[in-house]
Amino acid sequence: MWEYTEKVKELYKNPKNVGEIPDADVVVEVGSIVCGDALTLYLKLDGDKIVDAKFKTFGCGSAIASSSALTEMIKGKTVEEAAKITNKDIVEFLGGLPDQKMHCSVMGQEALEKAIKKIKGQKVEDEHEDEGAIVCQCFGVSENLIRRVINENNLTTVEEVTNYTKAGGACGSCIPKIEDIIKEELAKAGEKPKSVSVKPMSNLKRMQLVEETIQNVIRPVLMRDGGDIELVEIEGKKVYVALRGHCAHCVISDVTMKNLVEDKLREFVENDIEVIEVK
Amino acid sequence: MNTNIIYLDNNATTMVAPEVVEAMLPFFTQRYGNPSSMHDFGGDVAHDVENARHSVAQMLGADYDYEIVFTSGATESDNMAILGTLQYYRDKKHIVTTKVEHPAVLNLCRQLEREGYTVTYVPVDNEGNLDVQFLFDSVTNDTAIVSVMYANNETGVIFPVEEIGAFCKKRGVPFHVDAVQAIGKIPVNVNAIQCDLLAISGHKFHAPKGIGVLYVRRGTRMRPLLYGGHQEKARRPGTHNVPGIVGIGKASQLVIQHLENKDEVARVKRLRDKLEDGLLSQFPNAHLNGNKIKRVDNTTNIGFEFIEGEAILLYLNEKGIAASSGSACSSGSLEPSHVLRAMGVPFTSAHGSIRFSLSRYTTEVEIDYALQVMPELVNRLLEISPYWDSKNKKGKPIGELAR
Repeated sequence: MWEYTEKVKELYKNPKNVGEIPDADVVVEVGSIVCGDALTLYLKLDGDKIVDAKFKTFGCGSAIASSSALTEMIKGKTVEEAAKITNKDIVEFLGGLPDQKMHCSVMGQEALEKAIKKIKGQKVEDEHEDEGAIVCQCFGVSENLIRRVINENNLTTVEEVTNYTKAGGACGSCIPKIEDIIKEELAKAGEKPKSVSVKPMSNLKRMQLVEETIQNVIRPVLMRDGGDIELVEIEGKKVYVALRGHCAHCVISDVTMKNLVEDKLREFVENDIEVIEVK
Repeated sequence: MNTNIIYLDNNATTMVAPEVVEAMLPFFTQRYGNPSSMHDFGGDVAHDVENARHSVAQMLGADYDYEIVFTSGATESDNMAILGTLQYYRDKKHIVTTKVEHPAVLNLCRQLEREGYTVTYVPVDNEGNLDVQFLFDSVTNDTAIVSVMYANNETGVIFPVEEIGAFCKKRGVPFHVDAVQAIGKIPVNVNAIQCDLLAISGHKFHAPKGIGVLYVRRGTRMRPLLYGGHQEKARRPGTHNVPGIVGIGKASQLVIQHLENKDEVARVKRLRDKLEDGLLSQFPNAHLNGNKIKRVDNTTNIGFEFIEGEAILLYLNEKGIAASSGSACSSGSLEPSHVLRAMGVPFTSAHGSIRFSLSRYTTEVEIDYALQVMPELVNRLLEISPYWDSKNKKGKPIGELAR
């Protein structure tokens, strides 16, 4: 069960401004039924003032509550004032959202932004033409959206980006790209990413991981061919091992070393581990 | 029966039967001895453990009581069955299972793949039926174990485990059955299935949480996961969970009684059908997920188009009804359940799928109430949905993406 605030509960039970505006000045759609949430926003303008806002949402409780919050917040505001609203303001209005549900507030912001572009007469190509390349194919999340959300919410990990935008939440193939984007954005902001992979690893942790990898990953493979491996010594990033059984006399033991032992240690421990065979 | 909640989520867990609680109580404060002790105070309790073992053996149609091994639950039983078998057949590196298994099997298999094993995940069709021929074709001389669930937890669809059991026996491949969702709902007989291993969980059939069983056919080769004392013939060491064991024993007796009472079994099915037919006839945009016939009698999984499952659950919750959903939002992941995806359920309804699962304690009044509140609740969500044309009372055409 999600820990929703009373405000969220109140708004998904009795959302405000549900419906369509037949003579709306602006109608925008974001999200899709495939992705699991979608929002259509209707705005009625008087000059540069938003006099009415209504919505229709397909999605979970927090998506409905976020949509309701958005319409309540922008009603009566000028377009300029509304343009300043971010997903953080929506979250604040709701008294908070569970981490995994942050993307619901981002969907609200996305709809608002798209609507304002339309009002200002900027060309809004369907889908994400002017939003930069699509990074996450599964959920159709653009690079620009990811960058914006990282900056506005001070995100530092892939997990947070997934919570806020869904990007990387399905097949995961875009995670390296998201990592790159985080690094770039943090570098711009002059911060170091929090990601585990770049945090220097303690010797103790490294030794532990090396042992676990040899035991659980490498040894079972060698033993299939009647071989075995013994961990002799670990010095910093240099790992000294001895091949046993069939492997010890194997003419291709060098290949085993490079392809299997070193590759696996680099994959599971650190990418600059060096393996040295002790005969 | 708790009057505050209408509990239609019995595939998640069940109420502990009052008779089971009663049977367990003395073993907390009065007869708390350790069955492995030398003194009578403990030793006498061993008889209760053995009686419980006998009840479970009877329920499963096992030939010998010692084929019943008590565990902490089905996750442990599934892990013990698969890992224990692999530990024995160390030269075999292939596992056959299905795409729609419970995470207790699925995530174990994914881990084993990382450790160098090859796993074949047998697919299902769009009604959730297993492709048995695919399974047969995928078994090789390198196959260490075949692990298949008896009934699916999300759809209730029953797999032809007897057919698979006969095949595995002929091929000499160990066969493990995850029978968690079958037990208490249909008769489960280990000799009819011809399985070597079979896992069940107490809390799915009115015993408490934290107690499970692995049936291990006499002569089955495997190694233990845990090392320690001599309990359970050292197959599963650790001091016996006596109250839990007594509880699962009593619950097994109640299952035998329940399944013998044909009227009672028919009543649960009738209530499930009443709920299902009622919902499907009220909502043209609702579809049944799973094979309508080859299914356990307590489960229905219905996909509501154009609305989202978590929202339905939250609205049901407001009305005091507990159910479950395979939607992305409710699971905490971002995609609909692996079962619905494996079945190829269209995204238009996968996100709006709700599972109702009944028990022998479910009453007609409860089903009537659920049928009464659902229309208002679904209509409220349809009114909010951008994919619903409220004027014409039908779904709006959804673009290319939705297919």
